[in-house]
Amino acid sequence: MVSPVLPLKVRGVSVRRGARHLLGPIDLTIEGTGLTMVLGPNGSGKTTLLKVMHGLERPSEGKISYGLARAEAERRQAYVFQTPIVLRRSVQQNLAYPLELIGRPRDEIRRRAGEWAERIGLGGALSSPATRLSGGEKQKLALARALIRKPELLFLDEPCANLDGRSTRAIEEMLLEARAAGTRIVMATHDIAQARRLATDAILLINGAVHETGEAPGFFDAPVTSETKSFLKGDIIL
Amino acid sequence: MSDIFDGLAAAFWLLVTLEPNLVEISLRSLQVSLTALAVACAIALPLGTWLAVQRFRYRRVTIATLNALMGLPPVVVGLIVYILFSRSGPFGVLGLLFTPTAMIIAQVVIITPLIASITHQAMRDLWAEYHDLLISLKTTKVQRVRTLIWDGRRTLLTAALAGFGRAIGEVGAIMIVGGNIDHATRVLTTAIALETGKGDFALALGLGFVLIALALMVSLITHWLSQTEREGRW
Repeated sequence: MVSPVLPLKVRGVSVRRGARHLLGPIDLTIEGTGLTMVLGPNGSGKTTLLKVMHGLERPSEGKISYGLARAEAERRQAYVFQTPIVLRRSVQQNLAYPLELIGRPRDEIRRRAGEWAERIGLGGALSSPATRLSGGEKQKLALARALIRKPELLFLDEPCANLDGRSTRAIEEMLLEARAAGTRIVMATHDIAQARRLATDAILLINGAVHETGEAPGFFDAPVTSETKSFLKGDIIL
Repeated sequence: MSDIFDGLAAAFWLLVTLEPNLVEISLRSLQVSLTALAVACAIALPLGTWLAVQRFRYRRVTIATLNALMGLPPVVVGLIVYILFSRSGPFGVLGLLFTPTAMIIAQVVIITPLIASITHQAMRDLWAEYHDLLISLKTTKVQRVRTLIWDGRRTLLTAALAGFGRAIGEVGAIMIVGGNIDHATRVLTTAIALETGKGDFALALGLGFVLIALALMVSLITHWLSQTEREGRW
């Protein structure tokens, strides 16, 4: 079922910081179900685009709109950062935090935090300080904390960067489960293999502009532009 | 040297016999300073944290002023509180001058900027760490301040401890507004000043050692309380 948060419309959005032009102008629409992969080399504007769509950064020009009023739409979203941010609290308290913010009953919070801790393999570490977890465990915790409120729209900024194969697989399985449960996902990566495994559609950003978009099989197997072909082959794009 | 040994002996004797006057003065010192600390923390911790998360036009000036107020001369604070609460002052009708309440008010004025400033510095770093997450979770300003205060509580205990140290060791302001009245407003520091003036260095030193012991005791309790993480558990 398509979330009422969608469509997410990005219209004429540009981002500048002082004299630096970071992004845009960009026009795109996120709708339907699935996982949109935002691809591009470092500095292409992937993170900025995700932050602007989520409302973490304001565009210098242009407009972002959702299927619902902004406040309601933002409440139904979540964001996972490239470097996981964990609160200086226990694993359980980290998982409980988003639910506490919206005033869920204590019993429900405890139950759901416990369930999610089990799902990410941290059931035995509920009381452990989250700051002492490994990088992979922190990222799984951050993703579980994002998913615990059942977001309808989830943004992920290279969640598997610096993670080993096992942690990457665990994260990908969680994402596939979330996608199957109806969460619309927009994820940035420069890992082509991961993009092929997960994406239902893809966007290639180069120098802050949308270079090519398309449904996953066509985008990866028959790209239109030579730059996309080069990028997907693993060549360096300047 | 003999004064120090006499002082140690006097302190030991005062403590062993639990001399009623000493107990009364010590308890009043603790009562005044801990009450002032509680009131100052209630103001300074949210204020310092709010300054870390909130952006407004005169923020830098406010922070600079707060930092400057850390060095507020206690005697001047005492003088101002005295004027405000004297019979002819705007709050004279309350009749608080030469009472422990006036001493608490003076101490609150002295230690609030100190605690707020240390809090702001600590919370600024924590806010930088949490900023993106708390914005992403669409937290309200109140929720942000609450989260930062809770998660930064160990650092904030240090800020409170610094405030307590300044309060319990303060003499100038509370001498002016309290008057060092026996069985009413006499505390350890004013008693030390009195005994020194009378030339009874042994008793003054004895009281001084008691004061140091009290400050150390509170510091150790605070240190123990601040160990929120024990044996890998939270």
